[in-house]
Amino acid sequence: MSGKVATMRDAIAELVRDGDTVAIEGFTHLIGFAAGHEIIRQGRQELTLARLTPDLVYDQMVSAGVARKLVFSWLGNPGVGSLHAIRRRTEADAPPDERLELEEYSHFGMVARYTAGASDLPFFPLRSYVDSEMPAANPLIRPIASPYGDETVYAVPPLKPDVTIVHAQRASAAGDTQVWGLVGCQKEAAFAAERLIVVVEELVDEAIIRADPNRTLIPGLIVDAVVVEPWGAHPSYAQGHYDRDNAFYLEWDPISRDPARLNAWLAEWVHGVSGRAEYVEKLGTERLAGLKPGAAPSGEVDYGEYH
Amino acid sequence: MMITAAARQLAGRRVCFVGVGLPNIAVNLAARTVAPDLELVYEAGVYGARPARLPLSIGDPTIVTGARAAVSMYELFAFYLQGGLVDVGFLGGAQIDRYGNLNTTVIGPYADPAVRLPGSGGACEIAVNAREVFVIMRQGRRSFVESLDFQTSPGTLAAPRRTDSPTGTRRPGRGPTVVVTDLAVYRFTEGEMTVSSLHPGVAADDLRAAMAWEPRWADEVGTTEPPSADELRLIRSELDPAGVYTRS
Repeated sequence: MSGKVATMRDAIAELVRDGDTVAIEGFTHLIGFAAGHEIIRQGRQELTLARLTPDLVYDQMVSAGVARKLVFSWLGNPGVGSLHAIRRRTEADAPPDERLELEEYSHFGMVARYTAGASDLPFFPLRSYVDSEMPAANPLIRPIASPYGDETVYAVPPLKPDVTIVHAQRASAAGDTQVWGLVGCQKEAAFAAERLIVVVEELVDEAIIRADPNRTLIPGLIVDAVVVEPWGAHPSYAQGHYDRDNAFYLEWDPISRDPARLNAWLAEWVHGVSGRAEYVEKLGTERLAGLKPGAAPSGEVDYGEYH
Repeated sequence: MMITAAARQLAGRRVCFVGVGLPNIAVNLAARTVAPDLELVYEAGVYGARPARLPLSIGDPTIVTGARAAVSMYELFAFYLQGGLVDVGFLGGAQIDRYGNLNTTVIGPYADPAVRLPGSGGACEIAVNAREVFVIMRQGRRSFVESLDFQTSPGTLAAPRRTDSPTGTRRPGRGPTVVVTDLAVYRFTEGEMTVSSLHPGVAADDLRAAMAWEPRWADEVGTTEPPSADELRLIRSELDPAGVYTRS
């Protein structure tokens, strides 16, 4: 890669390796489906997938055989029901050699882990888990006495992904990345990572970034690759660009219940396309047009000019 | 019925942590009726949401547009929730016991579950940090159980501890205060779920048939006030016009 701007194929080929811990973050918003699909196409193996909400993207990646372990806090199809491909590999009737390893926290526990990772701390304290059986299920969640009083809180260890991938509305070629709407824990997951791929709806001039520095979530300093991939978060959404394709989230339920249908879906929509551009073309203009929101521009602020 | 009963419990509350589905409709109904100053908090990172449509998921873009603040999840969980600013949090679960302990993790043993449920999400921190927890769930002998398969989120402080392993410090005065089901409304006395009112047409034995323990009864068990015409109009015309959550 010369410069940071890369194709999805090159970015994944260079930066995601077998056995890596990969975090594709984005809480319901800006979920990196295009990146997940490229990881499947390139046949990565033995990945540990970290994400608060594995969502459809990890159900697809698990069913495609790229993962051996999940690190997570809420395992479901949001607003719809279950992630059936993951359930098939975690419940009692799963064949032992197909069993997915699980490492489970709460949402705040996962956010705290990324925060510790990003801040290079050995642990992060929080009040969650009191009188919960989660610490018994996951011995990495440990009680810790306050050094300043008689309170006991819980600690979670840092999470430092080998690769974090985030989707965003826009970035410059240098990788300065701006997000609006829900920002989830992408900043923490990005700073915690060894390598970072940013996928954007739009590549913009540096002047656009510098005109609104409060909106920069991630500095180019820590970005290894910038991939321009419009609609790359579909069927999740990008605030101001497109809505969640809720029909697809509903359609996924019967698809993921049936391994044969699921394999056919992967063959058609992941292996059967060369990349996101072809996927978008296949979705068709009518479906995409139905996902475009009306306008709700922000008010402008004046940063002032200081000589 | 569950929605209106839950909405009315929010009278006088200010900051409410919302979940999707029934709690979402209940909270939005309360904001339009008994609690006009209610601020809606969504775990995805929104304070003071004003959703223009029924959110399809916990992170729907409609909760952002027009909100007072869109914040990181760290800020939301650390400052708003753990910092003590949330008056009421809504929870549900696959199983609940008499102390309001909740299971959203597994049916069967943890390592080898018959059913793998979603897990905690934000439930564990809501249970520990919200000033009060309201539970909304349908009740039956498989959900209102004597003993949980797994304790994801703690209930009242009166609950006996299930293990002797060390645990963190629990701040007093927090935990479940109201449980609304399809049959009844419960409150808590001495940390135990206590029948407060039965929904119209529900007999005491109907309730006993739909739970695994003999419940405590309030001194005067009333009949839950049925939905008013105004509440029904708001639900049917504004909050859930497609009947996604309320058709049954």
